[in-house]
Amino acid sequence: MAAPATALVVLCLVLPVSATITATFYAGGGPFDLYAAFLASGFRRSVLWRTLEISLITTALSLVIGFFTAYAISRTPPRWRSVLIILAVFPLLTGVVVRSFAWLIILGRNGILNDFLVWIGIEGAPFTMVFTKGSVIVAMVYLFVPLMVLTIVGVLENIPDDVIEAAQSLGASPTQTFRQVIFPLAVPGLIVGAVLVFTGSFNSYATPQLLGGDQQMMMGTFLYQRAMVAFDWDGATTVSAIMVAVTLAVVIGMTRVAKHLNPMTT
Amino acid sequence: MTGRLHPALIAFAFIVYFFLMGPLVIVVGAALSDTGYLTFPPQGLTLHWFERIFEMSAFRRTLVTSFQVAAISTCFALVIGIPAAYALNRYRVQLPGWLSTLFVLPVLIPEIVLGFSLLRSIQVGAGLPVVSTLIVGHTLLVLPYAVRVISASLASFDFTIEEAAVSLGSPPVKTFFTIVLPNVKAGVIASIFLAFITSINDVSVALFLTGPGISTLPIQILAHVEQFFDPVIASVSVLLMVLTVIVMAVVERTLGLTFLTK
Repeated sequence: MAAPATALVVLCLVLPVSATITATFYAGGGPFDLYAAFLASGFRRSVLWRTLEISLITTALSLVIGFFTAYAISRTPPRWRSVLIILAVFPLLTGVVVRSFAWLIILGRNGILNDFLVWIGIEGAPFTMVFTKGSVIVAMVYLFVPLMVLTIVGVLENIPDDVIEAAQSLGASPTQTFRQVIFPLAVPGLIVGAVLVFTGSFNSYATPQLLGGDQQMMMGTFLYQRAMVAFDWDGATTVSAIMVAVTLAVVIGMTRVAKHLNPMTT
Repeated sequence: MTGRLHPALIAFAFIVYFFLMGPLVIVVGAALSDTGYLTFPPQGLTLHWFERIFEMSAFRRTLVTSFQVAAISTCFALVIGIPAAYALNRYRVQLPGWLSTLFVLPVLIPEIVLGFSLLRSIQVGAGLPVVSTLIVGHTLLVLPYAVRVISASLASFDFTIEEAAVSLGSPPVKTFFTIVLPNVKAGVIASIFLAFITSINDVSVALFLTGPGISTLPIQILAHVEQFFDPVIASVSVLLMVLTVIVMAVVERTLGLTFLTK
């Protein structure tokens, strides 16, 4: 009964994506020529490093913001908790384009932030904020905080009340309970959230396109540019293969780490 | 886990929620402004920009395409996803372990790589028309929702009820439709709406699978923003937010939104 769905995934996902990756080994003279060419180009290297840098910063900021927000949510009374969860789900289900566009209205040269800065008389305003690394990071953090919050809320709610009560009845202060009980139990959830945010940022397209433009090209926008603007399919398949490799390495590697660190299983 | 919170933490959460909601409020405000450019707070209120969406053929056309593709992909994903979810739960022991991993792949593989690969292999390679390739891509994209959400509903289904019906002489197919399916109705309805909105919002797969005269709404929004900076985009965004609210209302009434934190 699972056959039709299995056939679709194998025929239309596994095979095409494998074909894209395999093509990178046959296009050049030697099997790794395309990768050597990628790494030999200073511009292409800079795209890869920028993508890694923006994704890591986005992940770190989302982790900090997401964890404290999720902790606050998990400790509010149930009625308010569901309101807070609904307010976090709303942006999550609103499209990436809409949410990135919102930041274009705010950060644009004639955007409302610049209008405000001019109005209060800041020296040098209006500033160029779009097409900078900072604007891409702000919009990315905005994009991924709801995902992080919901992932961590799920994990925190699974911590049994008994465990916390046990810690307190054994004389742990609220700070000690947080540091020695709640936080360690939340670590696997933080890792899951970090993986989702990192891979999401690394593979994003709409946000770097709208807020980064050609100046802040990332792997996603570069893939599109190679395939559809430059018609350099060798370049595009190489970028695709690198994106798949990084994504799978992060997911598989971090899942192992999460398993290893989970205090409930060891 | 409720308890007293440090005032600094409450203030922090408050700022985060301001950060989450502010930009969306700004989009709504900008959509209602009667100026010819995007601004906030709105200078004067008008619904003119909502009328403009339907006056502009590019938006009208892509809106229709997006809804058609989303509806067809969601149907396909359910038709193949429900039996798959059923098999994964009913015959968990007999089925190979990699099978459930297989249905996670569409989430794991970067969407933009999937879009490009479908363009290479299916559209250019196999010569499938643009719209069909787009539907294939979106069916793959929303399949994990169908499988995962319905699996979650089936996980709490007691399969002995089904066995009882079969042993009393009910044919297996009839049993599936009269006994199993009604019991997971909530999951099916929720997954329809989640799949639909995922398809409507997709950029990365559709990016490569548009052709002359065929494009989806998010791709049209991206193209429009590159050239114009008028409130039409804000009003289209508000339309999409209304759709989000509808989806959330349905998910809340069927599975409960806390399902999404699991």
